[in-house]
This record gives sequence, structure tokens and C-alpha cells, in this order.
Amino acid sequence: MDRIPILQMGKFLLVTIQVDLYDRLALNLETDLAQMVYKTGARGVLIDISALSIVDSFMGRIIGNIGTMSKIMDAETVLVGMQPAVAITLVELGLELKGVSTALNVEKGMLLLRNKIDSFSETDIEEQDDSSAE
Amino acid sequence: MKVDISKLLQKKKTQILERWMTNQMADEILREDLISNEGLRNQSEELLTKLVKLVNDKNITDVQSPDFDPIVEILAGISHSRARQGFSPRETGFYIFSLKDALLETLQEEVKNDPSALYEITLKVSKLLDSFSISTFETFIKGREEVILRQTDEIAEISTPVIRVWDGILALPIIGTLDSARTQVVMENLLQEIVESGSGIAILDISGVPAVDSLVAQHLIKTVSATRLMGAECIISGIRPEIAQTVVQLGIDLSNIITKASLASALKHAFSMLRLEVKKSTKENFSL
Repeated sequence: MDRIPILQMGKFLLVTIQVDLYDRLALNLETDLAQMVYKTGARGVLIDISALSIVDSFMGRIIGNIGTMSKIMDAETVLVGMQPAVAITLVELGLELKGVSTALNVEKGMLLLRNKIDSFSETDIEEQDDSSAE
Repeated sequence: MKVDISKLLQKKKTQILERWMTNQMADEILREDLISNEGLRNQSEELLTKLVKLVNDKNITDVQSPDFDPIVEILAGISHSRARQGFSPRETGFYIFSLKDALLETLQEEVKNDPSALYEITLKVSKLLDSFSISTFETFIKGREEVILRQTDEIAEISTPVIRVWDGILALPIIGTLDSARTQVVMENLLQEIVESGSGIAILDISGVPAVDSLVAQHLIKTVSATRLMGAECIISGIRPEIAQTVVQLGIDLSNIITKASLASALKHAFSMLRLEVKKSTKENFSL
């Protein structure tokens, strides 16, 4: 059975979708990703969809699901490299993917993920400091 | 007495042509700047020859008859080219009506002894030519409409430029009404340019949009959402007081979108997002 590889890079998981997704493949990706986030304790997920040229409402929902799912497992999701046609289709379908961050390319996506996680860990430390001071 | 229209016309063809030409020349609205005398004569002769050849006693009452298709075709060609050359509808209409005058005058001379036959033939000829002039107008207007459509396309194409204001900042001034078709073009151009230039910020300037209703706002929100999905931030600038008023009155929620009053303040915001600063140079000897 076809699967989309999920690569681990330190605290992040990297998914590049190189083929056109069909429903089964998308569902598998959703399950696999949930498993991987749980197993590795990843803090961020980066999904590259630059090769994806066609998207339907189902795919849009799956992408949204992955975002929300990772979020409740404490991993930020960044979607990178969306094609203009895909963006227009999603907007026309009324799927604005709230809760999922987006970036233009992998490089900017990585930067965004790092910034997000850094700012989170900083606030964590600050909070700890505050509590210890009291 | 029965009048054989086809024979009569054939016999009097040159006379009719002369009369027609005189009629056309006599009119003061003749446009010599648009068509030469020679050209007009050739055009008229061709049409008359066809008419004389095709018309007969049977089909003269049936204006829809397929026999007249070649004539309608010629007329369509003439009025089409006239529409594009810039003739007025009056001038084009006069072309056909002067032919009708010439024909009727000739008929009157030929059949003057028999009033009832004259009446009958006049009625027929006049009906036939009226139908021709209607089809002429139809194609004339169609020709004009084509011109308008082409211009609309051109305007839509040239009126959506995407400007690179700074490294990583795009600006898109929208001028004119924003309808669905135009939004599509704007959106496509903007998103394409974002991909090509890798810009992270896009400024949508709507100071040239005359009015914003709920539909236009919907289109704007769509464009902003699409840019966000691509991973870029979108700022809407150029919100005039009237637009702000209507937006509030219509209850449109723009709170999720960064909005600025002017392009300058939008640019300032974009700079701060990119952590850029504009500073006044302290040295006097700056070079341009």
C-alpha cells in the first residue's frame, strides 16, 4: 500500500507530498502522522504541498484535520508551498484552514516553526521563573 | 397588370445605381474621410447586382427566404466594417434607405399608369428593404458590441498590475469596480506574483474602488484568505471615509484583516513586520 513518508528532523516532522493525493492516501497520512507525533513527541509538523495541483473539499478537510490534530498533541503545523490554484479553490470552497499556519516555502516554514517553538519555550521558562520567585 | 419585378430591375439596374449614388452623394452626412467615392460605388454596385439577380416575383413577399442569404451576408460585412471604421448608425442606415428611395422612384416612373399595381409593388419592395435595414442594424450593433467587449477585456488586463514595492513587499492598486470576474484576475495575478517573487507581504490598495458593497467586501476577504493560505500576509489599504462608513453600516466584519487608511501607512506596517527601518540620512552629501 502506498504511503507518504514522514521524516523526522530533530523536533520537527517533515512531510513532502510529491504525488497527487487520493482519499485513501490522505487518510493513511492522517493516521500515520498522528502516530508519529505521539511516538516522537515532535513539536512541529511541516507539510510541503508544492507538488499538489488538485485539491477537493475532502482533501481540504484532511489538511485542516491534520492541523487541529497536531495542535491538540502540542505540535504546531505549518503548510508550505501552496499553489495559487489550490489556494483559490480552497477559498472558493469556504475552507480557510483556520488554525493552520502557512508559509511560502520550506525555508520560511522552518523559520516560522522555530520562531513559534522558541517563543513558546521562552514563555514556559518565564512562567517558571515567576512561580519560583513567588 | 402584373409587374415583373425581376425583369424591371434588370432593365433599370444602371439607372437605379445612378439614382442611389446621387442620393448618397446628395446627403451632407456623406463621410468622404472614411470611405472613398470609388469604394462606395463598388460596394453599392456589388450589392445591387446581387439584389437584381436574386429577387423574383415569388420570393419578394418572403423576406426570410434563404434566397436572400447572400445579400444579408454582404450587408453584414458592410455594416460590420462600418461599425469598426466609426460610421454612425445614422450613416449606415442611410446607406440602405437611400437604395430604397432609388428603387421606389424608378418603380414609380415605370408603373405610373397603374396605381394599384404600383401600390402593390411599392409595398413589397419597401417591406423587403426594411427587413434588410433591420438586419443591417443588427450586425452594426453586434459589431459595436464586439468593440466594447474587446475593450473591456483590455481594461481588465491592464488594470491589475502587481508592483514590487520592496524586497518581499508587493502592492496591488485596484482601480474601478471589483466584480467576480475581476477578482478572479486580481487574485490569480497576485498569487502568481507571490509565488514568483517569494514575497511575504501583499498590500491591496482599494483607494481607486468607487464603492464597496457586501459583494465587493466578500471578494476582498476571499483574496486575503487565499493569500494567507499561500503563506503571505495581506494588508488592505486606501480605505476612504465613505468606504469605512458603508462597511460599518453593512455590518461587514473586517476585523481579521489588517486595514490601513493609506498606502503609506500600510507600507510602514509592512516595514515593521519585516523589521526594517527607514531613517533620515544624517550626512548632507548623499548621492543619488
